[in-house]
Amino acid sequence: MSSSIVLVILVTSFATYLSRFLGVVSSEKIKENSKWFRWFNCLAYSTLAALIARTIIFPAGVLSGTEYSIRFIVVFASLLIFYLSKKNLVYPTVFSVMLLFVLSSFY
Amino acid sequence: MINSKYFFQGFGCIKKVDSPAIALGCCMIAIGVLLKNLGFNLQESVFSTFLTYALPGSLVMAESMIVGASLLNIFLAVWLVNVRLYPMTVALMPLLMHKNQPRWKYYLSCHFVAVSAWLIMKNNYQSVDKEKRIDYWIGVGTATISIAIIGTIIGFLSSDYLNEDMMIGLAIVNPVYFTCMMVGAMKTIQITLSVVLGAILGPLFFLLSPEWSILFGGFVAGTIAFYVGELNVK
Repeated sequence: MSSSIVLVILVTSFATYLSRFLGVVSSEKIKENSKWFRWFNCLAYSTLAALIARTIIFPAGVLSGTEYSIRFIVVFASLLIFYLSKKNLVYPTVFSVMLLFVLSSFY
Repeated sequence: MINSKYFFQGFGCIKKVDSPAIALGCCMIAIGVLLKNLGFNLQESVFSTFLTYALPGSLVMAESMIVGASLLNIFLAVWLVNVRLYPMTVALMPLLMHKNQPRWKYYLSCHFVAVSAWLIMKNNYQSVDKEKRIDYWIGVGTATISIAIIGTIIGFLSSDYLNEDMMIGLAIVNPVYFTCMMVGAMKTIQITLSVVLGAILGPLFFLLSPEWSILFGGFVAGTIAFYVGELNVK
């Protein structure tokens, strides 16, 4: 392994573990039925939703090569399948690939 | 040390209907391809997935390396995109903590805090005895990180055979899976509002500041959702 790549990996993993580690330190003082816990619960779900919405609307990488409207149609159609299949997650994920493939080849 | 019955129950999450295997596997295949193109060898790619185990962090690392960023810049960029793991850990660990369990389990297993394992645990924790939840969680984490590593290896080895259409197909699976998972988790006013407002404010703040959009958008959305939820409970 070249040393620079190993260093980059170590720096990346340290930067990532830091937030997890501090999270456990804080958790030792936070009770699961406290207001603090409920607030952090909201923050966790909202930051995740923000991240996922951003990857759909402003994607980085290969997805940025697809049409904005196509991505939207795929996500909404997959959500519909998710509800129709009584919240099964395998069907919508497999369906999303096929729909994206079909729509991309037409447009 | 670790109760094997609960560990394997947690590990079994990859066989269920809400299995993260397909979504996680697909995006880690994409990461494997990306790392190979960056000049990583197979060992380095596996090492990277095992030690970082957070997809956006790996993507930022890759982007920073492409533009030749310094180690300090890489650290800051990765830290910024992964700060979301802090509230996620705080929103999970109190549910798993028990006085009969040693603390090292929490400090070691927090490494598994990533979207897929976290959502699975949040959806299932009530079905597990509180004292044993940490063992169940270690099972869930071990299963998901195993899939991530296998995905990285498959991606690395098959990168020469994957064309751009296939890569686009792999890339859509992840957001679709997590969108369905988040929508499925909307069971209280607070969580529903957090998800809906986060999904609106995240992209909106992106127009103002791409680097800070997730943190600012998430913070504002989560805080509004918290207060509205608290008022409704009273």
